[in-house]
Amino acid sequence: MSYVIEGKTGSWEIVVGLEVHAQVVSKSKLFSGASTTFGAEPNSQVSLVDAAFPGMLPVINRECVAQAVRTGLGLNARINLESRFDRKNYFYADLPQGYQISQFAHPIVGEGTIEIELSSGETRKIGITRLHMEQDAGKLIHDQDPTKSMVDLNRAGVALMEIVSEPDIREPEEAGAYLRKLRQILRYLGTCDGNMEEGSMRADVNVSVRKAGEPFRTRCEIKNVNSIRFVMQAIEVEAARQVEIWENGGEVDQETRLFDAARGETRTMRSKEDAHDYRYFPDPDLLPLVIEQDWVDALKAALPELPDAKRARFQSDYGIPFYDAGVLVAEQSVADFYETVAKGRDGKLAVSWVTGDLFAALNRTGKTIETSPVSAEALGQMLDLIADGTINGKIAKEVFEDMVETGESPDAIVEKKGLRQVTDTGVIDAAIDAVMAKNADKVAEYRSGKDKLFGFFVGQVMKETKGKANPALVNDALKSKLDA
Amino acid sequence: MLTGLTLTEARAGLAARKFSARELAQAHLDAIGRLNTQLNAYITVLPEQDVLAAADAADARYASGAARLMDGLPVGVKDLFCTKGVKTTAASKMLANFVPPYESSVTARLLEAGSVFLGKTNLDEFAMGSANITSAFGSVLNPWKRQGDDAALVPGGSSGGSAAAVAAGLALAATGTDTGGSIRQPAAFCGIVGLKPTYGRCSRWGTIAFASSLDQAGPMTRSVADAGLMLEAMAGFDEKDSTSSNRPVPEFSKAAGKSVKGLRVGIPAEYRAPGMPEEIAKMWEQGIAWLREAGCEVVDVSLPHTKYGLATYYIIAPAECSSNLARYDGIRFGERQDASTLDGIYERTRAEGFGPEVRNRILMGTYVLSAGYYDAYYLKAQKVRTLIKRDFVQAFEQVDVLLTPTAPSAAFAQGENMDDPVQMYLNDIFTVPASMAGVPAMSVPVGLDSRGLPLGLQIIGRHFDEETVLSVGGALEAAAGFAHKPALHAEAGV
Repeated sequence: MSYVIEGKTGSWEIVVGLEVHAQVVSKSKLFSGASTTFGAEPNSQVSLVDAAFPGMLPVINRECVAQAVRTGLGLNARINLESRFDRKNYFYADLPQGYQISQFAHPIVGEGTIEIELSSGETRKIGITRLHMEQDAGKLIHDQDPTKSMVDLNRAGVALMEIVSEPDIREPEEAGAYLRKLRQILRYLGTCDGNMEEGSMRADVNVSVRKAGEPFRTRCEIKNVNSIRFVMQAIEVEAARQVEIWENGGEVDQETRLFDAARGETRTMRSKEDAHDYRYFPDPDLLPLVIEQDWVDALKAALPELPDAKRARFQSDYGIPFYDAGVLVAEQSVADFYETVAKGRDGKLAVSWVTGDLFAALNRTGKTIETSPVSAEALGQMLDLIADGTINGKIAKEVFEDMVETGESPDAIVEKKGLRQVTDTGVIDAAIDAVMAKNADKVAEYRSGKDKLFGFFVGQVMKETKGKANPALVNDALKSKLDA
Repeated sequence: MLTGLTLTEARAGLAARKFSARELAQAHLDAIGRLNTQLNAYITVLPEQDVLAAADAADARYASGAARLMDGLPVGVKDLFCTKGVKTTAASKMLANFVPPYESSVTARLLEAGSVFLGKTNLDEFAMGSANITSAFGSVLNPWKRQGDDAALVPGGSSGGSAAAVAAGLALAATGTDTGGSIRQPAAFCGIVGLKPTYGRCSRWGTIAFASSLDQAGPMTRSVADAGLMLEAMAGFDEKDSTSSNRPVPEFSKAAGKSVKGLRVGIPAEYRAPGMPEEIAKMWEQGIAWLREAGCEVVDVSLPHTKYGLATYYIIAPAECSSNLARYDGIRFGERQDASTLDGIYERTRAEGFGPEVRNRILMGTYVLSAGYYDAYYLKAQKVRTLIKRDFVQAFEQVDVLLTPTAPSAAFAQGENMDDPVQMYLNDIFTVPASMAGVPAMSVPVGLDSRGLPLGLQIIGRHFDEETVLSVGGALEAAAGFAHKPALHAEAGV
């Protein structure tokens, strides 16, 4: 075990499970036709169903079900052809019905797995317990009036997927890797945008500690942690807190806690005594949700290629290393960009340009792959110019920088700047002659056995030709002239 | 007199232009004006000009030969159906001023069929009650009187306003809703026909929920044929209600007259409750005899889980109601009592907005769903419900319909049965099992007891076989020839 907390009484390991709430990408809400667009005027996307007017009834949105099934398939999980909706009853101003429709006893997706990769290069499988669909709540706004809170129901009724992991996580880093991998899969599938800042992906973190070989001890749940970094921090401080309690002869209480990022601590939100009794029962307004295997199969057939598969294919199709392939598939847009550049070209050369010069340029200019000043097509054309000998690798760097700045095509830049590689042996011979004449002493040294000087002559000839000489031709010609 | 017609008679009279829809509507508005202060059958009467405008539109369609199924027929609407732009209260202080911006699917269908709405009829608060004494707008008076006794009788509940209005001539027919007997029992108490269709036959969209897995809208009318006619207009698939059935709607209006010869009528042994009043038992025997004479074969059957019906109903219905009524929190609509905290708003709003019976049931429902009690109560009740449903399915392998009394007594007086809620709940003993099973059931008035109060018999049918229920009801109606009128009636003393 690589992550342990050394306490007074020995080493402790941590046990972590994550519950991720992922907002489903869909045009309308889970049980109503209201729009789900983020950032609209408060209460402008609220149907009578969302506001729980008397006599209103929920009707399941087929697209949300498809998204949940796609996600389940992406998590290598069992799809339950029959699932049910339950009511989770509690009062709050952001919950118009006085209950949340959720799937408590019979979720749509059962057990699955996610494979994560750690910085050591090691991979681990983390179990998925279940995925279920539920309604999101509205939002309370506290800063609009000195004494009153305002209610915005735009989010009320938007579909969420709650994705619950097994308590398989043993390190803060694994939690981070799990969340990144989950987010990557959701984004590839197009089922959740994974945007933690906007709250479309939120994590509840269950943490406990134990001595090696012990059964699980009492856990605490840290609610609504909204960044991957905070999840990792929260696990560290919560685990340390629990170790201290146990080692001082105390008892960890099962409770719900909040992570205060500013203070770097967790605090009690609800003790066990205050825990809600949600009085779950099957929602009598909804029939059991029954889906057909054929429909699941059709959704499966239409799934996009997922990161693990794409990574393996990139390795074999383009002959690039596992690590590089991992960097490329981290974001689907980068993978797509790379593939456009690499298709029919030198895959290794393509990866070094994409992850090297292109990433550096994006970083420098504050752009993303989507807003890249150099398109994948243009970068591909530039690689073609290298391949057909129009330019050499060194000139290519200059062409690329110009592309970043002007957005012009590589052909146009080569023409404009006269960067076409010199392949005229007459010109090259003349340059060699000039260099040899200027450096007669070095020619003599070379000829007396100091053949390391060959590189010096190559450099001088390139300088003489302003870098445009074809390096292979220069090599050949130099060799024959110096050895003559 | 126009206020004494059946829907079928009025439809024929309108079609023959013997009278106009305007005259018919006006006669009813006048009757309401005369009698509603006594009966308190309506919470809201629609403005006269609106009622007459709807009647005029119907007259125009009759004139152009484009009349619809319910065209020009004046009906009352239980104040549990949301009606667009018309106050809808559920007889609760909580919704005393609630005006829905939408029309329930059932009332939309009735309007589409040409019905002329007169107003919103009184009920037990949120449809919870069997005597119509829990309304925040006052009790409804049964238009019937015991012979030689002026005691104020209850009309039954929860659709007591609808039943009283139809019985007293304040509407030709009315909508009701039935969760455990709320159409059938008041129909029996007021001497009219009340049909609870199969669960899923009528959309629940826009009808204020009491217990979602049981609530079902249905017609309350003066004849079995009328019940068929009105159900035909009310029923049908609604994509806005996931539990509504997409089966085609038969021509129910033609079912009442069909022959019942050869039909098998089951008599469930378990309904011979100990302590059943002699008169009820006698009426039941009479009903059996009439159906035998009409050519039916009478068969003894058993519904072994009947005795658990009432207990399980009073677990499941309150459980669902405790959750369904959580939305009345004072935040978005309805009455709100202000307080300095959110919990304070909830507590004050709900304590003052709900009456005692509703609060009782919310408490019971919350209890049976609580951690530690769920398995013992709710889950167990659901299992028993499955057994009750199976009882019916098995019985219907042997017989086509079942015949039972509708209620264990005739209408009782206001003030009776009031101290003990369990005694009150016993009113539903014969009606609850069909609700739990979701099968259709209808009460038909068949005679008077020794004190001159109407008694009803209940016909229970297979899932989605309202047609056979209507046919048997028609036979019973024909044999009984029930033509009695209540003491308070629009035609009396005019």
